[in-house]
Amino acid sequence: MQTDTESLFETLCRWRAEGKSAALATVVSTWGSSPRPEGSHLAVDEAGHFVGSVSGGCIEGAVIDAAAQVMASGRPQLLEFGVSDEQAWQVGLACGGRVQVFVEPVE
Amino acid sequence: MKPAVLTRIVEAQNRRRALVAVTRLGDGEQCLVDAETINGELALSPAQITEARDLLNSGRSALLSSALSGAEGLFARAYVPSPRLLIVGAVHIAQALAPMAAAAGFEVVVIDPRGAFATAERFPGVALSDEWPDETLARLGLDEATALVALSHDPKLDDPALELALPSPVFYIGALGSRRTHEKRLERLRAAGLAELTGRIHSPIGLDLGGRSPAEIAVAILAEVIQVRYRGERT
Repeated sequence: MQTDTESLFETLCRWRAEGKSAALATVVSTWGSSPRPEGSHLAVDEAGHFVGSVSGGCIEGAVIDAAAQVMASGRPQLLEFGVSDEQAWQVGLACGGRVQVFVEPVE
Repeated sequence: MKPAVLTRIVEAQNRRRALVAVTRLGDGEQCLVDAETINGELALSPAQITEARDLLNSGRSALLSSALSGAEGLFARAYVPSPRLLIVGAVHIAQALAPMAAAAGFEVVVIDPRGAFATAERFPGVALSDEWPDETLARLGLDEATALVALSHDPKLDDPALELALPSPVFYIGALGSRRTHEKRLERLRAAGLAELTGRIHSPIGLDLGGRSPAEIAVAILAEVIQVRYRGERT
């Protein structure tokens, strides 16, 4: 839904107000047949709850894992997934695309 | 993302203002750019500011081409107001249209000052206004991301809404009613000095799908709103 973004940022605010750690993942570049465009967001809390999406579902698991590291370290990460990438193949980006995802802590 | 950045994004969304967040991918430093202001710790070059403002206007998000790639790359995320559908008349078709439009990503408000019509029982989960349409429209504001449909069949409700919408930048205006009803409506709007703008009103409202039930008419209306949003007005 188009209103995703609004509810996503409201969710982030609520998590932070409840004292939970949170991270925000953003698709920053895509090549080929990536299912979600640049700017797509996924927000994750410390328990691994998430809203939004950065792919058709194939890399969400890996992004949520990275989000946990980002929350722990307080440092952002730039992730890249693609069919040529062994890890991406394992997490199942079989749609033939390549995608770069930025994951940042929400302070 | 700093708390101030998060707060400003939420504020801009609530006020339906467009905003671009520029992030340096190496360290996450950010700044927020709108048409007038730049806020935040990340300093941008004049070329980068121009590029960010171009994205603000187009509503697209992208890496800035004037920055280096990889960790030094700058990503600009445009946040633009979500499309909004204002429905005048809490009638049967509105009951079908409101949830469909919400599912398609529209922020929906149903406006009807008649107490028996705009009730939570008839519109569960839908934002309702029991003010007169002109009051609500003046309060909400009519912008480029807004569509207005007049469904009440009552000139006391539909006309004031159309009189405000016609000179506004809303991207779609539709009004329910037979050819005869619409002719009379056009006469009234011409008398109100809006003759040159009445061509903006879609009537008969909706794409010609042939359906007759309230839900089928709602599909036709929503389809036309989406078509005009992406394809523009067909002449």
